[in-house]
Amino acid sequence: MDPQAAKFLAAGLACIGMGGAAIGVANIFGQFLVGALRNPSAAPGQEVKLYLGFALAEAFGIFSLLIALLLLFVL
Amino acid sequence: MAADPIHQFQIQNIVPLLKVGAAEIHFTNSAAFMILGVVLTALLLLGATAGRHVVPTRLQSVAELTYELVASTLRSSAGEEAMKFFPFVFSLFMFVLMSNVVGIIPYTFTVTSHIIITAALALTVFFTVIIYGVWKNGLHFFNLFLPRGIPVFMAPMIVVIELLSFLSRPISHSVRLFANMLAGHITLKLVGGFVVGMGSLGFLGSIGAIAPLALTVALTALELLVAVLQAYVFTILTCIYLNDAIHPGH
Repeated sequence: MDPQAAKFLAAGLACIGMGGAAIGVANIFGQFLVGALRNPSAAPGQEVKLYLGFALAEAFGIFSLLIALLLLFVL
Repeated sequence: MAADPIHQFQIQNIVPLLKVGAAEIHFTNSAAFMILGVVLTALLLLGATAGRHVVPTRLQSVAELTYELVASTLRSSAGEEAMKFFPFVFSLFMFVLMSNVVGIIPYTFTVTSHIIITAALALTVFFTVIIYGVWKNGLHFFNLFLPRGIPVFMAPMIVVIELLSFLSRPISHSVRLFANMLAGHITLKLVGGFVVGMGSLGFLGSIGAIAPLALTVALTALELLVAVLQAYVFTILTCIYLNDAIHPGH
């Protein structure tokens, strides 16, 4: 296979990992909404943890995007 | 295709400072923006606390809110004893926050989008934890690698796992911040490139360019959120790691 083509294929494959991060972020916000609708008075106190969880989960998607970018621009 | 999206991260030499053998040391745009971040932080905090009103003005309450945010995070995750590390943690937070937020402005340079910067910050935290932990707790610091109540036959495996997770901390700590900044700015640049590309196709193209333009605005808002959040995440992880140095064996 042409190395250039293999590079682009690998970059595309690396981006599959971002799907996992999407599931994770959706899970965090969905579960927060479920909890917040059950007990709305407790929800504002947990917002910092919500955004913290969002940032931590999102970072793993960014890691796979980083691999794709490394393949495209650095290698 | 628009300009190379990686181009914005290039380090440019501004003023040559000195020459050591074959290596030249320059004052770069990275250094300039680091100084800008520090100056902005100093101006914000000094300007805000110059008046010291009992009822805070808007600027003063910004300074008080950031102080309270970092202080309460440190206190709740590492205990009252950790407050001696407050100046360190607060400086880290303000430096990362200012670098990230200044980087959102078009045509500026994002200091934290270079792994050498974030790795230096993360390694400082890592070695602070090791040195302070050993200095304060002696050999008890190594209880960190063996949680209490583990059956003897499982201990060797647990020690290896804990050791690996401890050693990989500076990597995940630095890559998290760096990769977020890098990927965010590249995404902005790519979507911005679509606007230029569509706009050059004539009238119909200009109408088509509205969608990527709106997306750029939305992404900039998301990047602002990410910039502040990642600074906070960097700080909270620092607090959690400092907690290990102060209270090992939990």
